[in-house]
Amino acid sequence: MSQTFDRRTFLRNAALGVSASTLPFTLVELAFAKPEDTFTFAYISDSHIQHIKGTQFVRNWDRGLIRAVAETNLLTPKPDFVMFGGDLAQLGNKPELDHGAEMLSKLKGKVYHVMGEHDYYLDLGEYWSKLFGPQYYSFNHKGVHFIVLNSILTYDDWTFNRWPSPEQRMLEMAGLDNPNGSPFMVGDKQREWLRKDLAKVKKSTPIVVFSHSPLQKIYKGWNFWTEDAEQVQALLAPFDKVTVFYGHVHQIQYNQIGNISFTSAMATAWPWPYPQSYAQAEQLLPKLTVQMNRADPFFERDATGWQLIDIHSGRSRVNFNLYNNKGRTVAFDEKTGTPVDSAYQAPESRTPPQAHF
Amino acid sequence: MKMIRILAVALMGMAFSSVALADEFTESDLKRWQEQFDGVVKQGRSLWTDGKLGTNGVACAQCHPNAANTHPETYPKFQKQLGKVANLWEMVNWCLRNPLQGQPLEADDAKMTAMLAYIAWERRGVKLEPGKH
Ligand SMILES: [Fe+2]
Ligand SMILES: [Fe+2]
Repeated sequence: MSQTFDRRTFLRNAALGVSASTLPFTLVELAFAKPEDTFTFAYISDSHIQHIKGTQFVRNWDRGLIRAVAETNLLTPKPDFVMFGGDLAQLGNKPELDHGAEMLSKLKGKVYHVMGEHDYYLDLGEYWSKLFGPQYYSFNHKGVHFIVLNSILTYDDWTFNRWPSPEQRMLEMAGLDNPNGSPFMVGDKQREWLRKDLAKVKKSTPIVVFSHSPLQKIYKGWNFWTEDAEQVQALLAPFDKVTVFYGHVHQIQYNQIGNISFTSAMATAWPWPYPQSYAQAEQLLPKLTVQMNRADPFFERDATGWQLIDIHSGRSRVNFNLYNNKGRTVAFDEKTGTPVDSAYQAPESRTPPQAHF
Repeated sequence: MKMIRILAVALMGMAFSSVALADEFTESDLKRWQEQFDGVVKQGRSLWTDGKLGTNGVACAQCHPNAANTHPETYPKFQKQLGKVANLWEMVNWCLRNPLQGQPLEADDAKMTAMLAYIAWERRGVKLEPGKH
């Protein structure tokens, strides 16, 4: 009963307009944080702009991205930059990437990009790179070292030898549950680049990594997975403060592995079920994660949204802006040394979210 | 009458002497039924991943990989948005009309049967909880 009540409360809050003007900024800063260390950025992901024909695109997915862009532009103070987390397109073609880029061009300020598998497997990222630049890179911002990886590569044999056409290769990888797909990986070449990039960085410098796939192994059947996750984690292990942000999963997940905090992004297009809702397979959803409410299909934007992240003292606080539910905040907790949801607590003391079937 | 009684006794004798029961399914029956079912599930899976089912290229599997989050075991159930107790096929039609921007199917359309068979197959082993939300 209380679960039903919770859901109704969420919907009422949504109806009352918990909107961009009342976004939950960090009100409490850590005592040792220098004011100049604190900054925010917006994180938008998985818009899956889908071409129908001519100038027609799937309206539903368009609306998700348009809304995220509009709300991001309303933020005050302005975030320092916007990160787009990958899967801008559905089938990686020029009309989709162009249409997506046009919508993103309305964003005020600098936009960075992460490569998603839906952007990549038609032309192996060629047109995407023309629009957005290199597929992996790093930059420094206010004392934080940011790294962007292309984590959706896979075995060469699958990429180059298995499919008769680029179109079919794209379609095969686009099906999340397609048994003909292939596990994602960062690969030797990029890991070597990462090793060299990190060699120049002090161990006390906070590191923030963006990848499209989780740099951890959750469920291989849906590629909530990176084949060489452990090797990437090992490169990040010597640093004091590491945060990994990833898209692809279209749902809220968070985890802590050693020194590395993981937080995912919601999609602007559609939510995905948690792997545990597939009755026929074992999965390893992080125990820390308190799941989102099950999406209500009658609300087109339910369980989709975008994120506002603030970084203070090199630790992150992620505000999930859900369109039809109360927003959620997952912040690094110095006491537990893990990301923690500010409303939904550890299993023994937590308010469970809506039951999942 | 007497003839029938004798026949019945004879049949019972046969039933007891051999282990097989009178109406046991034959191997070929079982094989055929299973093949029929598997074929329809397979057809359902291909419809589930088919961008041409609706009009906008969106496929069911885009939001429901392995038919997850369809929870067929909870139907029929009250759907507040429809204002009545609904069957799963009505929800499939809701998705065909809305996210897929397509046309609904008749309840007994072979395509609907195939998709419902696929959904049920992916959810096998889960206990029935009709009416549950
Ligand atoms: Fe995606
Ligand atoms: Fe993806």
